[in-house]
Amino acid sequence: MEIYRAHILVCRGTGCTASGSEPVMEAFEKEIEKHGLSKEVKVLLTGCLGLCELGPNIIIYPEGTYYCRVKPEDVPEIVEEHLVKGRIVERLLYKERAVEERMRALTDINFYKRQKRVALRNCGLINPEIIEEYIANDGYRALAKVLTEMTPQQVIDEVTRSGLRGRGGGGFPTGRKWQFAKDAPGDIKYVVCNGDEGDPGAFMDRSILEGDPHTVLEAMAIAGYAIGAKEGYIYVRAEYPLAVKRLEIAIEQARERGLLGKNILGTGFEFDIFLRLGSGAFVCGEETALLASIEGRRGEPRPRPPFPAIEGLWGKPTLINNVETYANIPPIILNGADWFASIGTERSKGTKVFAIGGKINNTGLVEIPMGTTLREVIYEIGGGIPNGKQFKAVQTGGPSGGCIPASLLDMPIEYDTLTQAGSMMGSGGMIVMDEDTCMVDIAKFFLTFTQDESCGKCPPCRIGTKRMLEILERVTNGEGREGDIELLESLAKNIKASALCGLGQTAPNPVLSTLRYFRDEYEAHIREKKCPAGACKALITYEIIADKCKGCGLCVKVCPSAAITGERRQPHAIDREKCLKCNSCFERCPFGAIAKK
Amino acid sequence: MMGVIKSIEELEKIREQARELINLRKDNENKTRIVVGMGTCGISAGARQVLLAILDELKKRNISDVIVTETGCIGMCRFEPMVDVIKPNQPKVTYVNVDADKARQIVARHIVNNQVVDEWVIPNI
Repeated sequence: MEIYRAHILVCRGTGCTASGSEPVMEAFEKEIEKHGLSKEVKVLLTGCLGLCELGPNIIIYPEGTYYCRVKPEDVPEIVEEHLVKGRIVERLLYKERAVEERMRALTDINFYKRQKRVALRNCGLINPEIIEEYIANDGYRALAKVLTEMTPQQVIDEVTRSGLRGRGGGGFPTGRKWQFAKDAPGDIKYVVCNGDEGDPGAFMDRSILEGDPHTVLEAMAIAGYAIGAKEGYIYVRAEYPLAVKRLEIAIEQARERGLLGKNILGTGFEFDIFLRLGSGAFVCGEETALLASIEGRRGEPRPRPPFPAIEGLWGKPTLINNVETYANIPPIILNGADWFASIGTERSKGTKVFAIGGKINNTGLVEIPMGTTLREVIYEIGGGIPNGKQFKAVQTGGPSGGCIPASLLDMPIEYDTLTQAGSMMGSGGMIVMDEDTCMVDIAKFFLTFTQDESCGKCPPCRIGTKRMLEILERVTNGEGREGDIELLESLAKNIKASALCGLGQTAPNPVLSTLRYFRDEYEAHIREKKCPAGACKALITYEIIADKCKGCGLCVKVCPSAAITGERRQPHAIDREKCLKCNSCFERCPFGAIAKK
Repeated sequence: MMGVIKSIEELEKIREQARELINLRKDNENKTRIVVGMGTCGISAGARQVLLAILDELKKRNISDVIVTETGCIGMCRFEPMVDVIKPNQPKVTYVNVDADKARQIVARHIVNNQVVDEWVIPNI
């Protein structure tokens, strides 16, 4: 085997690929060749490193130097300086915001220091398209262990003792789910992986599937052994082409290596995995709808019970877990339930991956021990709110969750605390909002999403969310009426109680949680016809403050509707009839002379 | 090296081999480091051949837990090519006027046999 003195890892997750890591990788290959370094320096792709905001990201080992926002033009300099002369290219290092200090290694920066990577342990470390790299980092060792040293019941006991709970949204104890599926009578059983990650802004599962597909395959095989199944299905969104491609490669390699198929590792155990692509319906993340979709039927939920563990795919007992849940299984088997249970808090064990987005400096993917506070995640890992704005709230759990206000920032992140606060753990999307975000508008945004994605099977969800959305549209248009808030509350209560599946049962949550913490904003919209955050277009007007206006004319240039007029060096004025409320002048004015009311 | 893995033992064997694939990315704090001076002075004095010789010698001896890296000019250009060997929990040893042949011997004597090659160590000037 060749020994290389340096490895250049180029992030080829979706985020970095979108910001241009493919040409960067090609440039590296070309430049390495040009310098005759092909035998010393290896260029390889890897999965998501987490700091998607700063992509394309690369890491150079053995130093572990982390370069961000690398462009193909930077590559000759990196090769020449770093790889030939051993000098770090300072200007491309990550700059810690708080201290303005350039950080060399990924492990030094605050974003990573507080993280604990269990589910993401291989993302950004191995090449996901080469099975040997996965094997090298203890891959398939957990499968070997269960097949030779453990009975199926011991496997389930280990998972149960670890305290692992479902990472997809429901938070059901994983070990119990496995036990139900094992105890269910029947010769034919199935293992299913739910990779239908549909929450807006969530990309935890995608990153795992792209950066470490084998961990999911291995965990599913372990689950198959535990419950007595020979077949597994991964249901993944067709909108994740890279994840699909990496999964296809991984499945093929695992089959070639005999790690899937008949007589795995000479033990007689048989298990194989098949891919099924979803076509973008949010409701297919709901387990019964997902199973229907795999069977080739319309993706609609059905009432439970019977639960899939008893009557699932093609009517057979079926175990469904989410991608991230599976990613935790091999480390639990290898390191033991006690190790896993030692991470996190009393009632929430292990770590959780979050996709942080919205009004935050470090947009990206983080994995933190349960019990970390929201403040730590948003300020220390996430780097705080951009442009010196005030934090207002954070939405967890996506459209099924709720917002958490600033007063609860010191709350530890756990299943129960989040639920008590009116939100939920969900699958791990975290959308940060600042002072400019209108909470009524946000509730409307999420409800628009769930309304749009409602499959239409049950009336509470189909009609109820529609009525709620109409009220919110009215309120944000300045046509809110007395009693609207009460009407929203009563609709929400009834929908939650009567909808068929999780989609409908949780759809009112964003409205309820914003009402709980930001009721005054709703009242301002309805009674005073004002939007305190200045976000609802129908409720704001733009005005020029004559004292501050220098008559520079910049606003005139950016106005798309020619609504601003005025003599040069004289205060200008906005014609409200023509104003589109596009906010361009507000953003452009260097003197703060434009007021939003 | 593709082929069906038929037993746990075979999986372990492949893991051992494959470890070298990712070794460079793990536990680098606890590994021996060989640092070659690769400033303009070092390169013109032949540091490149030294570096290649070290890599080749490590490969021949199947040593994968040693980090080979480069550094810039440290100001003593007349001693180039210079090579530092830093073993964990041991003081740094600097060799001067290294050539490809000396480099191979440094790997054999210092890295493998743990014997500092005194005659090539930097003089106290």
